[in-house]
Amino acid sequence: MMDFVNIFLSDSFWAASLRIATPLIFGVLGALLCERSGVLNLGIEGIFVVGAMTGWMAVWLGMGLWGGIVVAALSGALFGLFHGILTVIFGLSQHVSGLGITLFGTSAASFAYRTALPQVSSPPRIEPFRALDIPILSDLPFIGPVLFQQTAMTWLALFMVALVWWVMEKTALGVAIKAVGDNPDAVNAQGLSVIKLRMGSVIAGSALMALGGAFLTMSAFDAFFFGMVNGRGWICIALVIFASWQPGKALMGALLFGMFDALQVRLQTQAGAVIPGQIFLMAPYVLSIIALVIVARKADYPRALLTPWFKGQR
Amino acid sequence: MIQITPKENQSRWVSLGIPIMAAVLSLLLAAIPLAFTGASILDAYVQMIKGVFGSLFNFTEMLTRATPLIFTGLAAAIAFRAKLWNIGAEGQLYLGAMAAVWVGTGMVDGPPILMIPLVLAAGAIAGGLGMLGPALLKTRFGADEVVTSLLLNFIILIFLQMMLEGPLKDPMGLGWPQSEPIVDNAILPQLITRMRLHAGFILALGTAVVAYVILAMTVWGFKIRAVGENAAAARHAGIAVNKTYLAVAMASGALAGIAGVSEVAGLKGYLTADLSPGFGYTGIVVAMLAGLSPLGVIAASLFVASVFVGADSMSRAIGVSSFIADLIVSMSLLCVLLGGFFARFNLRWDRNKGDGS
Repeated sequence: MMDFVNIFLSDSFWAASLRIATPLIFGVLGALLCERSGVLNLGIEGIFVVGAMTGWMAVWLGMGLWGGIVVAALSGALFGLFHGILTVIFGLSQHVSGLGITLFGTSAASFAYRTALPQVSSPPRIEPFRALDIPILSDLPFIGPVLFQQTAMTWLALFMVALVWWVMEKTALGVAIKAVGDNPDAVNAQGLSVIKLRMGSVIAGSALMALGGAFLTMSAFDAFFFGMVNGRGWICIALVIFASWQPGKALMGALLFGMFDALQVRLQTQAGAVIPGQIFLMAPYVLSIIALVIVARKADYPRALLTPWFKGQR
Repeated sequence: MIQITPKENQSRWVSLGIPIMAAVLSLLLAAIPLAFTGASILDAYVQMIKGVFGSLFNFTEMLTRATPLIFTGLAAAIAFRAKLWNIGAEGQLYLGAMAAVWVGTGMVDGPPILMIPLVLAAGAIAGGLGMLGPALLKTRFGADEVVTSLLLNFIILIFLQMMLEGPLKDPMGLGWPQSEPIVDNAILPQLITRMRLHAGFILALGTAVVAYVILAMTVWGFKIRAVGENAAAARHAGIAVNKTYLAVAMASGALAGIAGVSEVAGLKGYLTADLSPGFGYTGIVVAMLAGLSPLGVIAASLFVASVFVGADSMSRAIGVSSFIADLIVSMSLLCVLLGGFFARFNLRWDRNKGDGS
């Protein structure tokens, strides 16, 4: 029991929670932006893989870490553009298109990686983002390790939360995006372009998703592995419902999730002898399902989610 | 501006032609990634064709690969017909396989006439229950079955590893996480000597025909289609929509479960954690290529299996990554999706931008 309390008192636990939450923060924000505009993006899992591969590859080719970030975001945007063309312009099934993007993104990234590096026994490594070392702040007790010894990508994720919150809540653009996900006809009547708003949201959201993937290869690890995304994208789709499509709650949801995941790793080492380790490995997925079930009935879905909109056809 | 208007009528030939065109187009598009590898593109296609039609063995390998895809394709097709998004066929396949090795590795024994139906039934029930869960969460709590059935895949895969290291582990397996072999009497018989093709293929063809008959000609099939086309209207017409969802979930999961049984009792003989290279997910592509028609699933499975078997052989011959197969298959899904659009709508470039007329 004392061990259990000690976990919560240790700075390494809270630092790990935030670290584990980082890719999810990017992913949930991306899903939030897409869905707020009325487009479900099940391409997320594949876009994570694309971001992880392209970001890593750019760094490996010598473009630098921030170059990698840009490349990852652009390739995510490209797949978002593709999903947008299929679902927004052509109004095709968002479910099928998203799954198609996931399959296509995953196989394209894997194929490109294998083609570029045909004969490697162990995956080549890059020099990933290092933990920040800010004078004074990083040395503070507790707060230092938890907040100021994270990598720059974690701070980028937190900045994105603030940015998305500001855009959604404080700007006319945010009002328009939310409106287009609820009532596209009204937005059209205002003289705004439903298509442009949705396309922009899907492209920007997909770029954010790709950064979630890039965090895995450029910050959490230093190499690309097949299957490394391992359902993180799908977890984001559950978390965004849990977060009622609000940026602040999205951050909370991702952090809560990171906490549980960090907790299970620590419990696993303590209880490993008694309970099979796999029980703990299942926890993130079980938790996502439970979270979804809890909020499902009162979830306030964007009203035009999944509904295509064509100009001049009411 | 581009004007999009629905077509007046959609002919049968168009709905038949689009998947074929999508399949051909995806094969042609494969030339782009192939070009990046520096391989001779013509040679690549020749190797692919040889890999499927080059010998009787190659051809039966393709049919063997198509077998689980027919089952998972049917699983997706039936669920999607009711607009129940079962994305969990991969997990349900493993549930079926686990149930098959649970009852089929010595728990009971009997003549094949009893044992084969027994392992099939066990797998069907396990797979069915695997989708019943997400369907119940949908009907009882309104939880989106896309996400729950997807996440369940990961849970089941971890559960499988736990079982293969625990209760289902073969004590004679030299420490490898694999199950004991299925008893001889529960093995699906080979169809041709010295070929791996097994009775699961015949069962898959039969199942597709049964699924077609049920969907097209029975009251139950009518209910499934009605719920899929408009759940609210179906409810209004007195159809028990939730009951239909649950029944479809059971049927869909059962089909995916049988895919697992067929692989384990027809092909591998024992269960490992890499039994399926994504047959559950590929089943979705198969179902979409088939236009959600059970008989179309047969044709689509043959195509997808040809891509996989052909690309494997090409990959061995000229050293191109075998991910090319996944790439072709995923492109065929996107192509058929786009094709469906051009079948239903006319695109017209309207020069009088914003004219509104």
